Amino acid sequence: MKFSNFSNRSSEKRVTAVALSNDGLHVCFADKFGVVWVVDLDSVDSNQALVNKKAAQMLAHYCSIITSLEFSPDGRFIVSADRDFKIRVTVFPKKPLDGAHEIQSFCLGHTEFVSCLAFVSTSEYPQGFLVSGSGDSTVRLWNISSGSLLDTCEVEMKAGLLESNRRGEDCNSAITDLCTIPDCTMIAVAIQSLQGIVLLSCDLSARTLSIAKVVSIMGETFIPTSSRASFSAGLLWMVSGVSNLRGFDHHSLARVRVISGFNKSNLDPQEFEPIVLEDNEIPGGYKLLEKLQGSVVVEEKVFLAAAEAVKTAMSNLLVKKQYSVEKREFRKRTRNDRKTKQ
Amino acid sequence: MLETKANPNISKSTGLPRKRFYRARAHSNPLSDSHFPVPISPSHVDYSLHYPHFFPSSDQSDSSKKIQFADIGCGFGGLLISLSTLFPETLMIGMELRDKVTEYVKERILALRVANPGQNQNISVTRTNSMKYIPNYFEKGQLSKMFFLFPDPHFKEKNHRRRVISTHLLDEYAYALGVGGIIYTITDVEELGEWMKACLESHPMFEALTEKELEADPVVELLSSATEEGQKVARNGGQTFRAVYRRVTPPL
Ligand SMILES: C[S@@+](CC[C@H](N)C(=O)[O-])C[C@H]1O[C@@H](n2cnc3c(N)ncnc32)[C@H](O)[C@@H]1O
Repeated sequence: MKFSNFSNRSSEKRVTAVALSNDGLHVCFADKFGVVWVVDLDSVDSNQALVNKKAAQMLAHYCSIITSLEFSPDGRFIVSADRDFKIRVTVFPKKPLDGAHEIQSFCLGHTEFVSCLAFVSTSEYPQGFLVSGSGDSTVRLWNISSGSLLDTCEVEMKAGLLESNRRGEDCNSAITDLCTIPDCTMIAVAIQSLQGIVLLSCDLSARTLSIAKVVSIMGETFIPTSSRASFSAGLLWMVSGVSNLRGFDHHSLARVRVISGFNKSNLDPQEFEPIVLEDNEIPGGYKLLEKLQGSVVVEEKVFLAAAEAVKTAMSNLLVKKQYSVEKREFRKRTRNDRKTKQ
Repeated sequence: MLETKANPNISKSTGLPRKRFYRARAHSNPLSDSHFPVPISPSHVDYSLHYPHFFPSSDQSDSSKKIQFADIGCGFGGLLISLSTLFPETLMIGMELRDKVTEYVKERILALRVANPGQNQNISVTRTNSMKYIPNYFEKGQLSKMFFLFPDPHFKEKNHRRRVISTHLLDEYAYALGVGGIIYTITDVEELGEWMKACLESHPMFEALTEKELEADPVVELLSSATEEGQKVARNGGQTFRAVYRRVTPPL
């Protein structure tokens, strides 16, 4: 596979999520103020020097951070999730540059920030069902056309992660990523505090979610922050990544692990036997790892620091802080936008 | 939510809450996060707390009655009180960002219910940021009227995104309003009046009411006379700028 950067877009605010429309004609991205922008790729000629196409505002979650953007499998809807527990389903219009005004539904039920979205679809259910992960430790299944909640899976509790991993009393382990395995109804879930991955199986006719398997990764504190399945080889690629690590030789960490066994033939959750590959067994072997990770060996203490850093960064960004009344008043007085006025 | 108890802030002579105990900062910044409870979804709104007369128990399944009018940034609640008797069977709610003002409106409604038995049971108020939480209160197409009377102007260009009418927010209002539902806006600030009108005019899901329709609608004359802000403007002989639009299905 070869990628080439054929065009650059810049945004004034930090970009928090991106999605490419199914027909490849539009790219959408969200900024830190909750605005989703759209760029028309249609008339971009990759061989030519680029006319700098402008991004247009398409929709907005008022002053919230958008955490994830996904197109529905049939391309009819664009789904956006935010830190205010909200998922918005918007009709993707014929002329997206004029704005996406028609809201199909809101999927409401999460009790913490929504961190990730994915669609489960099969040939029987080509329009697919939406699944979402959240800071409330649950994965939920939705009907996007009505916004109704079909099922909730308390991943942290059901996977038995509660006793062994809970440190602070009231801290939930956030779901950090969801990845649906192509052509099947299994979902790989990354959750803080689990060294490994939880596989959920989704029964589309009964509209339920259940835990199929917890795949743990032995030997090192590998807590994935994101994962992707490869279409052909039956592999699930996972990354644990963090930047800005303080006090270590390496300022950032990326560690890649691979699970095999996701072949169409043996995807019956009962019989499914996933195998965590050793570094020398993954396609590309050490050479690829060296490229992706920067180095092949990662020290254990770096892993621990990385896991902690991810947790802190996520809760700083997405969890609303509860301040005492005095502290809140103080923060109001010292707010930046006030300062500039004086 | 609305609870009855002896309250020193209530005037003994009129039984109504005294406004001076509920003085608040003139403007609130809707962008800063405050802490108030937000219903997880419209089905979590406890109607028995807001409308005990219509919902004697907290079990809502026995009634399909839902809130139909929303007064956004209701201030001291004058509009709700006027509408309450005009549409006695319609449930309505005021949404207000400032907590002291919300408390005042609560007390005011409770006092009116006591003073006029059987009346004003259909109005209530909630403290919330309407720019963020409308979908948590109302299902798709649930509302038939939304009011935006004398909203804060936010003059500076960089503060325009704090305005309660904008193209993006109209998308949410169009979601909460049923087809045929009406959005009423009025202001004494000409620039804001033009802004609101322009946003509505260019939105594919709203269409202006005709002069005839405006004349026939009994609610229209309340826009400039029913609220505290409207009365103030009228006393000072100020001009007002109105934009009233109907929710329509978007053209394909
Ligand atoms: C100028 S007052 C008008 C009050 C009332 N409509 C009247 O005509 O008298 C505007 C009101 O909107 C409220 N407000 C501003 N932003 C709001 C928001 N995001 N959500 C709810 N209320 C808001 C303010 O607190 C204030 O009480």
